[in-house]
Amino acid sequence: MFIDFFFRLKSYGVPVSMHEWITLHRALSLNLNDCSLTRFYHMARSILVKNEIFFDKYDLAFLDTFKEIETTDEMLEEILSGLKKVKELLLTEEEKREMEKLDLDEVLRNFEEQLKAGHYKGHVGGNKAIGTGGRSTQGAWGYNPAGVRIGQGTSRHRRAVQIAEKRSFRNYSSDITLDTRQMKVALSHLRSLLPIGLGERLNLEETVDATCKNAGEIELVWENREKKASKVMLVMDVGGSMTPYAELAGRLFSAASSQISKFKHFYFHNCVYQELWTDIERNKSVSTRELLKSEDNDYKVILVGDAEMAPSELTWVNGAIDYWYRNDTPGIVWLERFRDKFKNIIWLNPLPSRSWEYVQTVRMIRGIFPMFELTLDGLDEGVKYLMSGRCALY
Amino acid sequence: MNYFKGSEDYVLSPALRDNVNVSIALERPLIVKGEPGTGKTLLAHSIAAGLRKRLIVWNIKSTTKAHDGLHLYDTVQRLNDARFGDGDVSDIKRYIRLGTLGEAFKSEEQVVLLIDEIDKAELEFPNDLLNELDEMSFYIPETGETIKAKHRPIVIITSNSEKELPDPFLRRCIFHYIEFPDTELMEEIVHVHHPKMEKGLLREALKRFYWIREFDMLRKKPSTSELIDWLQALVVGGIPVKAIEKEIPFIGVLLKKKEDIDCVEKSGKSHYAFNTSMRTRDVY
Repeated sequence: MFIDFFFRLKSYGVPVSMHEWITLHRALSLNLNDCSLTRFYHMARSILVKNEIFFDKYDLAFLDTFKEIETTDEMLEEILSGLKKVKELLLTEEEKREMEKLDLDEVLRNFEEQLKAGHYKGHVGGNKAIGTGGRSTQGAWGYNPAGVRIGQGTSRHRRAVQIAEKRSFRNYSSDITLDTRQMKVALSHLRSLLPIGLGERLNLEETVDATCKNAGEIELVWENREKKASKVMLVMDVGGSMTPYAELAGRLFSAASSQISKFKHFYFHNCVYQELWTDIERNKSVSTRELLKSEDNDYKVILVGDAEMAPSELTWVNGAIDYWYRNDTPGIVWLERFRDKFKNIIWLNPLPSRSWEYVQTVRMIRGIFPMFELTLDGLDEGVKYLMSGRCALY
Repeated sequence: MNYFKGSEDYVLSPALRDNVNVSIALERPLIVKGEPGTGKTLLAHSIAAGLRKRLIVWNIKSTTKAHDGLHLYDTVQRLNDARFGDGDVSDIKRYIRLGTLGEAFKSEEQVVLLIDEIDKAELEFPNDLLNELDEMSFYIPETGETIKAKHRPIVIITSNSEKELPDPFLRRCIFHYIEFPDTELMEEIVHVHHPKMEKGLLREALKRFYWIREFDMLRKKPSTSELIDWLQALVVGGIPVKAIEKEIPFIGVLLKKKEDIDCVEKSGKSHYAFNTSMRTRDVY
């Protein structure tokens, strides 16, 4: 059963290595989890899973493997819940003295026997079994000086299966939306692949010069290493069906501009035509033709949009959605010009990828650009594609 | 055997306590991740205090190289000494200085080593430390000396996930993600910092605090350290409980971006208009 857990984790997509699996066994042989499933849950997670985005998958695998298991935690929990509704027990002095005679060993033995006999369920009062408000040697809120107290007070510890069932890390899963911080992480891949940094370098010539001038006393001259950064252009769909994503898009922008030194952004509505807007209200614009002519072709271009429109908006002259807008070149031609100009170009789509096949225009645009989901995973893949020209999908 | 139970001025969850002990027992570095302001750095201080050990801190910056932590060969000083003839230049050892990691290895008793914000450094940084952290030893080529740890230090590494850490490095570590504390745990944490805080005020303030955190749209959610500052401000300002129910005094302590403050102030009583989830638009 135990090795099953390993393969379950693998099949849920948690990257677990042999190295870590063996470490877990070492921890188990040292009994670091203290025979408790809850502690095992946390321990195994800390050893096997190294990123919180996999915690949810870990929970699922854990549930699959250990759901049916009965543990001591669970039994304790059951006893506790039976002990909840209690009234204080009043005893005479005589009775108290009588009970003080029992010693701890005897009490513990008795406790075990009772457990085996299964006497602990819903027992109230009485002198023998575990229960509430009674005078027996086990239980809470009762009176017996030699008694065993079973975890009085409410416990903050939940048992492992319950914790896993709660799936509180679902939001950390990488296949759902991004917040600014996560986006920064993903976008920083763009940066991380280039050699940047303010590393200091010895300027040899200047040093020799300065040392000579100093009559031989050594004078070192340092200079900053040149900073190389990527150039990124974001072109984003605003308005219409993209309105619900405007905020998300705004975050992408704020994340991007703090990560990348040469950063340009433009807006369009549904499809790119002869003009691109520089503000989100679409008041100021630049000519797309000029842009394609004047910008360097080593920009990494990211188009963001749901690619969901009427096919005519892509293929017709004057097909633009705004009726006052005249375009003498169909949108799809403009998109192809973009692709031909910039080698590194991708399209990010906030719609889930399973829906892409059902929209004709999404299929058409996918024929032009490699398309990725606007999720952490998708962004990661997309950035990988931009940097290296290949990835798992394309 | 070292067993960490926690220390008085730091509230920790049982899961984190267990993970600290697992990492001590297995002699593996513990990587701590979590939202900013959840007490990652303080954990190391608490471990050092709880186990009564010396804490050595290595603060990582974007320019830090793995080599800096091991040893430094001061060639310029040596050149200078050779030029002007003061000091014994033939003894290279005089010009070797140990870095933070070297200091931790050389220590006579076991120490707690905190490598703070490892993700600030360049991508290759953790990989360069792989062997040193595995073997707990390194070699100084200039003197032919090998520095080996007499007692393996307890290593705590914090990360803000600015960069992903390389897999081979992660494989050798124990990982803990500090979840944002729930109300109960938060009350305990606040109690450590403000033991005399009035119950009613605290409850109301916490209610407001978690209410603010529920906004999806916030660019920077307020964290524990901001909450504690805010409570301090409330106490000092002598704000009555009723005032918190109506409005949020000193909101600037909690939220640091103008957009966030606007968002919360415009929202009125509910999140409704501001939390419409954007990804759940399942049209098909």
